Amino acid sequence: MLRFLVEKEFKQMMRNGFLPRLIIMFPLISLLVFPLAADFEIKGIHLVAVDNDHSAYSRRLVDKVVSSGWFTLTKVEGAYDDAIRLVELGKADIILELPPHFERDLVREGTAAVMISADTVNGTKGGLGSAYLSGIIADFANEIRGELITGTQDPAVPTYAIIPRYRYNPHLKYPISMVPALMVMVLSMLAGFLPALNIVAEKESGTIEQMNVTPVRKFDFILSKLIPYWCAGFISLSICFIVARVFYGLLPAGNLATIYVFATVFVLAMSGFGLVISNYASSMQQAMFMMFFFVITFILMSGLYTPIAGMPGWAQMLSNFSPLKYFIRVMRLVYLKGSGFSDLSASFAALSGFAVFFNTWAVISYRKSA
Amino acid sequence: MNQLPVFVRKEFHHILRDPWTMMMLLALPILMLVLFGFAITTEVKNAHIAIYDPSNDEATRAISARLGVSEYFSVVAELRTPEEIDSIFRYGDVSMVVVFSDGFYGNLVRTGDAQVLLVADGTDPNTASTLVNYATVIIASYQQELTPLGAVPFRIHSEVKLLYNPHMTGAYNFVPGVMGMVLMLICAMMTSISIAREKEKGTMEILLVSPMKPIIIILAKSIPYFVLSVVNLATILIMSVFLLHVPIAGSLPALVVVSLVFIFVSLALGLLISSAVETQVVALLISGMALMMPVILLSGMMFPVENMPQPLQWLSRILPASWYITAVRKIMIKGLGLVSVLKELSVLVGMALALIVVSLKRFRIRLE
Amino acid sequence: MSVITAENLTKRFGHFVAVDSVSFQVGPGEIFGFLGANGAGKTTAMRMLCGLSKPSGGKGTVAGFDIERKPEKVKASIGYMSQKFALYEDLTVRENIRLYAGIYGVPGKLIGPRTDALLRRLGFQKEKDTFVKALPLGWKQKLAFSVAIFHDPKVVFLDEPTGGVDPAARRQFWELIYEAAHGGITVFVTTHYMDEAEYCDRVSIMVDGKIEALDSPQNLKARFGSESMDQVFRQLARKAMREVD
Repeated sequence: MLRFLVEKEFKQMMRNGFLPRLIIMFPLISLLVFPLAADFEIKGIHLVAVDNDHSAYSRRLVDKVVSSGWFTLTKVEGAYDDAIRLVELGKADIILELPPHFERDLVREGTAAVMISADTVNGTKGGLGSAYLSGIIADFANEIRGELITGTQDPAVPTYAIIPRYRYNPHLKYPISMVPALMVMVLSMLAGFLPALNIVAEKESGTIEQMNVTPVRKFDFILSKLIPYWCAGFISLSICFIVARVFYGLLPAGNLATIYVFATVFVLAMSGFGLVISNYASSMQQAMFMMFFFVITFILMSGLYTPIAGMPGWAQMLSNFSPLKYFIRVMRLVYLKGSGFSDLSASFAALSGFAVFFNTWAVISYRKSA
Repeated sequence: MNQLPVFVRKEFHHILRDPWTMMMLLALPILMLVLFGFAITTEVKNAHIAIYDPSNDEATRAISARLGVSEYFSVVAELRTPEEIDSIFRYGDVSMVVVFSDGFYGNLVRTGDAQVLLVADGTDPNTASTLVNYATVIIASYQQELTPLGAVPFRIHSEVKLLYNPHMTGAYNFVPGVMGMVLMLICAMMTSISIAREKEKGTMEILLVSPMKPIIIILAKSIPYFVLSVVNLATILIMSVFLLHVPIAGSLPALVVVSLVFIFVSLALGLLISSAVETQVVALLISGMALMMPVILLSGMMFPVENMPQPLQWLSRILPASWYITAVRKIMIKGLGLVSVLKELSVLVGMALALIVVSLKRFRIRLE
Repeated sequence: MSVITAENLTKRFGHFVAVDSVSFQVGPGEIFGFLGANGAGKTTAMRMLCGLSKPSGGKGTVAGFDIERKPEKVKASIGYMSQKFALYEDLTVRENIRLYAGIYGVPGKLIGPRTDALLRRLGFQKEKDTFVKALPLGWKQKLAFSVAIFHDPKVVFLDEPTGGVDPAARRQFWELIYEAAHGGITVFVTTHYMDEAEYCDRVSIMVDGKIEALDSPQNLKARFGSESMDQVFRQLARKAMREVD
């Protein structure tokens, strides 16, 4: 009996037209476009220099700031108000204001002051921008000191080198982190959304009633709906692997088979979840909205874009209820750090738990008679 | 024109009789705000770090203390051997290990080749570079303190003013984005689905054949979602101000005007989608995936547009949401007035008009 | 030996009593018409007999199985055709037949030959690989019926099977029903077309959830002094309290 049902499901899936294309295009586009866009790195901060001194030193300082590479000079304005206008319009991110008599104060009094105004709507950008700028200014002061106090080269100022090293991703390539996580997102959208839509579609067209009147067992019915989506999930995942290899040169440090095993359990869990929703929804709109609600929450809370460690305690606890959290962690660990199966047994247990829970719920809540 | 109120009432009935969807529609902005306001952040606080300090002298201890005290870091482990660095990355929960060179203080004052190595977990580059940057700033500032103030001539003092968002809360950046996303989602998705449903059930043809003018049908379909969006807008603003403490720095009327225009644009977009599809499923998938994904990615809601390659930046400019979010940031966060968002406003008005004209034309064609 | 029995079958939705203590029996090979206006409770009663809905009171058996305690056994012994002729539009004629045949346990080897025989009888051989959505309404209806009896059930339940179909097609459809009944299948059919009542062996008329009349069409016409079932119905329906939707 199951055989006939599965046959029917596959035929319907292939004939849909939109679906097969989605299964292939969605991973492709996600993996190719997403990493290009999802870049939090702070680069090219737009600086406006308001030079009220017009001295050799002030010009040198501005040059030094620009040559650091962190900043691009937008304009050298005459007055602070014009500079602020640029920030308001979004054309500049940070203002460096040098007062009149900057050079004179520095040489004669030994101290001078400058003003940094940073746009902190994007807090990280503003914070880091002002930190870099302060650092460059301090450096400039050291240079001047070195020139004016002859014969010495920063003697009294002890220095040490601060050197960054990036494990697992030495050149700090952004896609490397995104791609494994994106694979999870693609998989969860496909395995989460599509099964839900499927059952609700049958509800709306009435074919589900025809099914309910037959001796088909609930278990078989649900299983026949899941199997095609598992296959779709695997195809999508494999496409993801190929794209990762071809476009990003990304090869898993760990075992690909491990990923497939986890993917199986994950897809089981997500499609089970989708089925539960479709059992309770009576229209497409409802089903889609419920799915969207939950999937968006799962995705945002799972550490895909922002680290779970950065979330407050209650949010971290909530994230434990997201199957995505475990799978993303596994993906990153296996792909990037080469962890083995034993490192991941806790995650495996969690994902299996989800799969069992959701699918049992789906079978129980499917009502053949009202 | 008596037809319009009757039809609008029917539409409201459809919506109100589907309590689940209604709940979702009203709960969605609340959910988004809570998530983005409290849970999602690119800011780093209390990141777990470990320290490997073979020197254990006054300089290294001072630096470690400063790191530990900083709100950005939380020192969870002090490593004894270099081998532990590897294992703590794999099994532990640290994002960075600070490694001091041997005989730090001695080298520092004598030979000048002391080193601090910041080994960060590169699997999350955003966090890694943020952590490295913050740590660098803290460690470098210690360097300045090593020399007493008077002994070093020629200092430049930088006074730093943080504009608009002095506490650098992530919410300031995200709230405008959430507004854009929620309004677009509700208006575009719901309108397109509602019309597609009538098409599917065949009731659309009945309407088109009736004496009701197409414009009335369209208006009637849009009005309930317009009302819902206004309710959502109010909810979001109230929550932002009182729950997330993101004040409306600029003028509220200006904000409302811009939002209303954006709602029109989104409704028109929903209409356009529904005029192109035959079934609800496709309407859902298009407005859900084809619309939401680009909005979340490219509108500047989460990821800065200026970082993106040129083609994506152009795409961003096509999205109405990008213009809206920029305008909201200017008014709400930067405290500017209507005048400064004239460019965004005119683009949005233009988009609204263009979309409405195209949708109307398509509907009229169907009638013929 | 009755194939269908209903004893004080009742269905309540909150305070609303949709089916009010109905009782009847249907014998093998009988064509039993379940008539009534829309909203009278026919579909609800039928759904209980099919195992789609649990009775609020009373008992029933179909093909010897208790509808409340053994609904799955009931389902395995019956065929069903709904108002929507719910076949899968994106599957072909042959694929739909194959699916339901398999579900009802028709042995694999028999499916092919039986399908061919059926298609020949209906005159559908050329359409065997056509998608159902491309078929005209009357054909879908015939196909749905054929699929419902493909596995030789003891009873077939038909819920408003001729809705929206032209009178000529309806007559053809009833010929299929006769054939099935001749072959020993009991046919339980609900309809609001009173002229179709004439085709049945016995008819029951439901008004406001109760059976107001139960007999053969001839006897009913004699009893009410009417020339047509339509007139019989009108006389009974005047008593009706429920608004027609």
